[in-house]
Parts: sequence; structure tokens; C-alpha cells
Amino acid sequence: MASRLWASRAASYLRISTTFNRSFSTVLKDLKYADSHEWVKVEGSSATVGITDHAQDHLGDVVYVELPEVGAAVTQGGSFGAVESVKATSDINSPVSGKVVEVNEVLSDSPGLVNGSPYENGWIIKVELSNADELKSLMDADKYSKFCEEEDAKH
Amino acid sequence: MTIPQARQLGRPLMNLVKFKGTPILQQLRLEERLLRNSSDNWCIINDGTNIPAIVMGLSGKPSELLEIRSVLRDQIPVVRRFTGGGTVIVDHGTIFVTLICNREAVPTVQPYPRSIMQWSSLLYNEVFQGIGDFKLRENDYVFGNHKFGGNAQSITKDRWIHHTSFLWEYEARNMAYLKLPTRAPEYRLVRNHMDFLCGMKDYLPRSAFISKTVEAIENHFLTKPVIMDIDAVTSGTDYVHTTKLLSEQELEEAYARELSGEIPVSNLMI
Repeated sequence: MASRLWASRAASYLRISTTFNRSFSTVLKDLKYADSHEWVKVEGSSATVGITDHAQDHLGDVVYVELPEVGAAVTQGGSFGAVESVKATSDINSPVSGKVVEVNEVLSDSPGLVNGSPYENGWIIKVELSNADELKSLMDADKYSKFCEEEDAKH
Repeated sequence: MTIPQARQLGRPLMNLVKFKGTPILQQLRLEERLLRNSSDNWCIINDGTNIPAIVMGLSGKPSELLEIRSVLRDQIPVVRRFTGGGTVIVDHGTIFVTLICNREAVPTVQPYPRSIMQWSSLLYNEVFQGIGDFKLRENDYVFGNHKFGGNAQSITKDRWIHHTSFLWEYEARNMAYLKLPTRAPEYRLVRNHMDFLCGMKDYLPRSAFISKTVEAIENHFLTKPVIMDIDAVTSGTDYVHTTKLLSEQELEEAYARELSGEIPVSNLMI
């Protein structure tokens, strides 16, 4: 058990997808994470938001992404859009508060990018932050990895 | 019974609402409100809907899923619902069963589609014990390899809804309004609607299905019957629904795009 934990921490530090065991999803070091499985990458007063590898793996093949309008307000923990996979629509919740300045229009034709590239080409919205202090309440990569392991272990 | 007393019994409380012949648009709007604005668990059973209607999932496109010319000619209402999944045509022969749950009410279920679907199949295993060859096949309820129940879900941060349209019986001519879907379960193969579907009426009485479903739910929840004036609950303008009735104009525009060659023409198989 200890060596598995070490392996997953090493892998996430090195940004390696530990595909030998699907229970350990990819987690990137320089992102922040919400407990509803969204990630945020902050650059100054701007943030990019998407869903994590853990989320896309559990959701299944995404066939549709409902995007918000540019200019819409988002609040931390509030839903701003949805993904459709299998037979379900699942809310996407914002890890930060602010205003939507860009949406990833490519997802309208290629929703599968959320599965194939959840942290890169599958980004969902860009936000102008209204309260950088909110980032303190989010998890870092190590804490989020542990959170995912605990969630999966419960079920 | 108070909530603490119910919890001592180990089952969470669930409000049980029964309708008969309620319009499907109104039922879906009620469900959407309860998912978003209530913190209770709910079971809604609607024994048939009053008039035939087509119901598409959130991302459904009329030109891909419907024979729009026939739908417009016969003025069949088309509803886009707030949950995912495919297209159905519903009428008096459809029985609807909906479960709206707090995540904490069913803690063994992860708030993801496959986990909820799997849990639901365990519940319906209890309903159909010894009846037909019932199983969950991909995302459908089947007897053998014939589908009689279609499922859809919506999942929020702390709650989820799983609703099912059960075919008690169906009008073959109504299936003519639906194209063969491009996204279909593997087990369907290339069967048309008539070869793919079956009705529950060959397996058990209608009232028995409803009472067995309530019994199965009561194995997991402490149910509390609720009499609801659905008109009063859904008539307010305070809530903006995702569930919408498509206008004639929207359908005509979709048909015009189809005719202009923007969208592939009919792949209807009957």
C-alpha cells in the first residue's frame, strides 16, 4: 500500500499518467482543484477551468458540452455549464468567482477533447478572477490525489 | 414520524408523488425544479401521459432524430428535457418513474452515470424478480434483448435524478416519427423499433408493476405520500427551465436546414 502511494505521488509530481492502474488518474502539479473535480490554472488575474482526468474517466465518453455565454458571471461552487455523457447531464461547477471572458468553442464540434485532453485542449472556460483569495480554499495536487483515492476507496 | 425517528430506522425519507395522465412537459418541469430547488428526496410516478409527445435529451437535434415533416403535419409536441440520453415517444401507454436523491441519501453510489445506473438496476431487480429475463443492458432495462425501459439522468453537486420511461405498451405507428438514432447501444444491432422494443403488458399487470416498484423503493427509503397540485407548483415564473417545448418555427427551421442538405436525410427503417 505504501509503495503504491509513493508511486502515485511520484507520478503526479512528474506529471505522468499512471495508466498501469486506472484508479490513479493524472493530476498536474501546478493546478488547483475543487472537490467537485474541476481544475483551475491561474495566470495573474486570469484563470482557465476544466474538469479533471478523474472526472472524465468516471463520466464516460462526453458527447456534448453546454457552455456559458461570454460575459456571464460565475461564482465559486456554482454551476456554469454541463457535460453530457452516457445518459446523463452533469453540472460543471466553477472553482473560482469572476466573469467568463472566453469559452472553448471547439468543444461544440469535438466534445471528446474533454476525455482525451482534460487539462490541455479540453479546457472549458477562461475567467477574469474577482477574488484571488478564494484560491486558498482549493486543493493542491497532492491533496487532490489523496481526495480522489479516498473517494474511490469508499465505493 | 420525525426525521430523527426515520433515520433511526436506517432509511432516508422520500416523498412519494403519484400522478395519472399528467402532461410530460409539466412532469419534467416539476422534476427540474425539485432537483434544483428542493433538498428532499422524491419519487414521482406518472401512470401514462395525456397525449403523445416526443421527448429528446438535452443535446438532441430534431433533424437527426425526428421525421420532422410528419411531426409538423400531425402537430406532435416535441420537448427537449434537462437530462441526457436519447429520444422517446410517450403516450398513455408509458409509465414514468423518477427518483431524485441527495447524494448522502445513497452514500454507496458515486454521483456518476454508471454508478447511479447500476444502483437503479438493483432496485428494479427487486421489482422484476422472477418476471421475464430482466436486466440492465448497457443503459436500458430489457427483457432478454428487448428494451422496455429507457433511462436518463442529471447530476448536480449534491443531488441526482434518475428517471425512466417504461413502455407498458406502445403504438407502432408512433414510432414512425422517430429516425433510427445514429448513437445506439451495441446490443441493438441494426434492429428497427418494432424488433428492438417490447411492452411490459405481456409480463405483469399495470397496477402490479406500480405497487412492486413502490415496495422496492420502500426497501431503501421511508416513503411519505405527498398530494401535489402540480399546476400550482409549476406555474410560477420564478424559475427558468431548461426543459422546453420546441416551437413550430424551430421545427420548421430545422426541417429547412435538412432539406437544404446541411443535415443528412432520413435513415428511417420500419
